[in-house]
Amino acid sequence: MFMWLHQYAKTEAAYSLCNRLIPWFAAISMGCLVTGTVWGLLFAPSDYQQGDAFRIIYIHVPAAMLSMSTYIAMAVAALVGLVWQWRTAFMAMIAIAPVGAAVTFIALFTGAAWGKPMWGAWWVWDARLTSELILLFLYCGVIALYCAFDDKQQAGKAAGVMALVGVVNVPVIHFSVQWWNTLHQGATITRLDKPAIATQMLWPLLINIVGMAAFIFTISCVRLKNEIIRREQRRPWVQQLVHSNEAKNEL
Amino acid sequence: MNFDSFAEFIAMGGYGLYVWLSFGVSFSVMLLLVIAGWYERKILDKEIRQEAYRQQRIQVARTQAAQRKDTV
Repeated sequence: MFMWLHQYAKTEAAYSLCNRLIPWFAAISMGCLVTGTVWGLLFAPSDYQQGDAFRIIYIHVPAAMLSMSTYIAMAVAALVGLVWQWRTAFMAMIAIAPVGAAVTFIALFTGAAWGKPMWGAWWVWDARLTSELILLFLYCGVIALYCAFDDKQQAGKAAGVMALVGVVNVPVIHFSVQWWNTLHQGATITRLDKPAIATQMLWPLLINIVGMAAFIFTISCVRLKNEIIRREQRRPWVQQLVHSNEAKNEL
Repeated sequence: MNFDSFAEFIAMGGYGLYVWLSFGVSFSVMLLLVIAGWYERKILDKEIRQEAYRQQRIQVARTQAAQRKDTV
């Protein structure tokens, strides 16, 4: 079923796939983020309870949702690396990790800036906030563990196991608002129910989620390309590529 | 348009500080990711090229040394 995927275990194939995908996803990301943000900030109506502070939702919810999806993506890459012994999968894992950490930071920071006017505190040790903070630490742990090894294949395996173990935190974050008494409000959009938000407010949110996802994908591809170049720098195709880049720059 | 004037837009109904802080920091972090990715590649290319030239110089020096040995 996944046989078509195996060709991308070769770093050269993965590199050229990234090259082909980046312009498309970068365009989607730019288009959606600009549209969604302008729409959300300027045109969406104010909330009847939270006034204009609710507009933080347009960056907070995409970041928070995608920080979890990004973790799952990283864990899948780790699993592929461990099961099929792909070097490229570990490269993808470590390319994704800092992007995920940045997105988690955005979710936490915008959450704090939203919590201050609404709850009266930048931070509370609430189940949702704490589990999201643990997610940030998991990302940092994966990066730190990977950097601690000189042999990058070993590093990939160790960090990969850590990434997989950390997956247990994702459902904890997701269900934290139901399992515990919490200050954090429940889900705004769920797959099963009607969204708990007016349509004029919902559209910019959905657009920004798509834009943020495309952004994360684009940056991950860029970072994967860099990782491939770093690890394969002795290969003839990389040497050729780097020197042809130089020739292009001189023109 | 939900706001009547530009000043109202900036004020965000009194929540201006929090809204603009959130969006400012978020987009700064995202911009930083873009720049870091681009810069990392630039440095990598430079290092790889320098290493290639170094290897080339070592090769040249070796052949020259071998030639000198032959003539002596």
